[in-house]
Amino acid sequence: MTQNLLLEVKHISKAFPGVKALDDVSFSVKAGSVHVLCGENGAGKSTLMKIINGIYQPDSGETFVRGEKVHIGSPIKAGELGISMIFQELNYTPEMSIEESLFVGRWPKKRFGLIDWRSIRERTLQLLEQENLPYDPETKLKDLSISNLQMLEILKAVSRDSDVIIMDEPTSSITNKEIEILFQKIDNLRARGKAIVYISHKMDEIFRIADEISILRDGRVVETRAKDEFDIDSVIALMVGRTLGHGYPKEDVARGETVLEVEHFSGPSGFDDVSFHVKKGEIVGFAGLVGAGRTELVRALFGLDEHFHGTVKVHGNPIKIRSVQDSIKSGIVMLSEDRRRFGIVPVRDVKENVTLASMEQFFKNGHLYTAKERSKVEEICGRINVKMPSIDVQVSTLSGGNQQKVVLSKWMLQDPDILILDEPTRGIDVGAKVEIYKLMTTLVKEGKSIIMVSSELPELIGMCDRMYVMAAGRITGELERAEFSQETIMRYAMNMARRAS
Amino acid sequence: MSSLITREKWQTIKSRYSIYLVLIVMIIACNLLNENFLSSRNIANISAQISVTTILAFGETLLIIAGLLDLSCGSVLALAGVMSVFIYKETGSMPVAFGIGLLFGVACNYINGILVWNFRIPAFIATLAMMTVARGISLLFTRGQNIYQIGDYVWFGQGQVGFVPIPVIFMVIVGILTWYILGHTSFGRSLYAVGGNEEAARASGINIGRIKIGAYLINGAFVGLAGILMMARTNVGAPNSGQGYEFEALTAAIIGGTSFSGGLGTAGGTLAGAFIVGFLNNIMNLTGVDSYLQQVIKGAIIALAVGYDMWAKLNRTKKTLGAARIPNEPKEAKK
Repeated sequence: MTQNLLLEVKHISKAFPGVKALDDVSFSVKAGSVHVLCGENGAGKSTLMKIINGIYQPDSGETFVRGEKVHIGSPIKAGELGISMIFQELNYTPEMSIEESLFVGRWPKKRFGLIDWRSIRERTLQLLEQENLPYDPETKLKDLSISNLQMLEILKAVSRDSDVIIMDEPTSSITNKEIEILFQKIDNLRARGKAIVYISHKMDEIFRIADEISILRDGRVVETRAKDEFDIDSVIALMVGRTLGHGYPKEDVARGETVLEVEHFSGPSGFDDVSFHVKKGEIVGFAGLVGAGRTELVRALFGLDEHFHGTVKVHGNPIKIRSVQDSIKSGIVMLSEDRRRFGIVPVRDVKENVTLASMEQFFKNGHLYTAKERSKVEEICGRINVKMPSIDVQVSTLSGGNQQKVVLSKWMLQDPDILILDEPTRGIDVGAKVEIYKLMTTLVKEGKSIIMVSSELPELIGMCDRMYVMAAGRITGELERAEFSQETIMRYAMNMARRAS
Repeated sequence: MSSLITREKWQTIKSRYSIYLVLIVMIIACNLLNENFLSSRNIANISAQISVTTILAFGETLLIIAGLLDLSCGSVLALAGVMSVFIYKETGSMPVAFGIGLLFGVACNYINGILVWNFRIPAFIATLAMMTVARGISLLFTRGQNIYQIGDYVWFGQGQVGFVPIPVIFMVIVGILTWYILGHTSFGRSLYAVGGNEEAARASGINIGRIKIGAYLINGAFVGLAGILMMARTNVGAPNSGQGYEFEALTAAIIGGTSFSGGLGTAGGTLAGAFIVGFLNNIMNLTGVDSYLQQVIKGAIIALAVGYDMWAKLNRTKKTLGAARIPNEPKEAKK
């Protein structure tokens, strides 16, 4: 078996401006096996997979498919080489039918270039039967669940006769029952001699499905071994490095009076009867699985989404939140989880992005005070340590971490009392992460309060004073710092902690 | 690192000022082709000729920057102009007539703004509808007849201060106004932000509706003014005038570097764009280029200008991000 490597990459490196995403990575998958690639967000998993799939080009390194050296210049080329990728967030055309999408881009043709629909129908039915999937070929994709769409992607890979199938966190948004179906499918593919690369950071899954495990951290493969030679603790330790729980620039800050009180807050976007409070100088975490309603909750609190009812009190005064302006006026600001969509205006320069939320400071009766603006922006960007050639460069040219710092600078300029940070370190490199943690510490020392939403438990455990855990739109648990443990949090997050009844 | 910075700076300079370079090269070339080109009379002539569409182009610039568009400006120009002329003939008051022209421009564009913001109709469609409606109203009101003998009203179009025609003075005022709004007011900043990333602007506490409707209102005043100048220049209240002017205006804005993806564009660029088109028309006339061929050339230049812009942008992205931006980031799968 050892010689039967379907896919092998050697010494791959890839840098983005300001981030070394991959550093001398080597990695291989055997036929008839599942190789799990795990690592924290930002460890470089997705970048590596995008290189294998031809979306990115490596700066250096070699790729071999079935022992032959290849150059994968595009996803189409990857497909021709028998590599299929199933993305974490599926991109699909909602109005397409199953049979159309299965053969998209390679529809069999009749004479005059007409599409041979009859042959498509036959082959679709044949495939569906072969893979034992009870779908109607005419069903539109928009009517399928995420898990069905995934199955379809797998079907597509099978129909292409792909030997290597890459799955990027396929279970992040499907139910437990659907996960079982997926795993059966993977076992089935393995038995047929396919090579599967499975990206995940969920321990239970990793150990169920893997033959081999590689752990990626900060752009390097830190360990590759057979599954049996690992246990959960060693994998976690290797994933997070030395930083587990310690190593965070956390300092004890005296907590003051309650600054924010939210009661019975419910909204249409998926949170129900949520009550919590935040004290001065406190970092309050919100943990939970994807889809637990944390982002939806804070978005509504910030006035980006609607809420039905519930009261919000800031410094004891009830406030009405109908729009973002209302919350900003009350001293609440939010760093959004999706920096590209809600954070930056990519085509404008750093200066304009930073002053966007506080223009009233620099515009008197609509007129701009240029010098005041420049000096203030330079001061704040210096404090937050944004690395950039000047404040006049387009934000789109900066690295992810620096873009995030630009958004932070924007909110610092408001001098808010309460900061909501939704996934503040997502997709940025470790150095920038630490700087953001340090900034959080500085801020609470200045008497500000922080609400931190994160899917990375280690950073929540490392940074928070108190934590709420959410599941299915409700708060299922509240923990003090002394009670923090991955296990307890996960139990609440999966809502298994309900005592009696 | 330092070489990288200088390259980036050079890129910025190139993309920011290349349009003026084109303009200068063009002036030199035109001057070589025809020695009368740079005479003050010819330049004053060209300026007067382009004044109406350039004023419209400034309005379009504000809108395109905010991710909007106005296809109705040619028709609204006619409606505002005709009403202004009519009121002048009724009252004999220039200021009242002037005010009425602006009012009709603003009113039509207020409706544009309401349709786009409150009813969420795409700007293209909303203003397409307004284009038809405004033309219809101006024809209905005049029963399709031109209004002649407009008397002193012609001063708006044919008067001069020194050797500078009145329309040119208005064009310059509107240009300065646009420049000031874009570069020196919070409203201008918000326009760029709304066009560059509407969701981020909203999440920064910007009142998107106010900005969008505001942009239409300002555009409306410009269109109304353009209507007055147009009627006065041609010495007739013509309900059929201004047809196709929306595209002339868009052409000037686009050649001037205003990006249809929103968030980019300047008043200076649009002015340069308008002059490039004006010079091009003029030199083709002076050198006797076939008028049908002129259209072909103008169209080709638009494609070239925008094509170069996109190509340069693509190259820039590739260089700075190692082509990391080419694939779409997967959109959030909302259920």
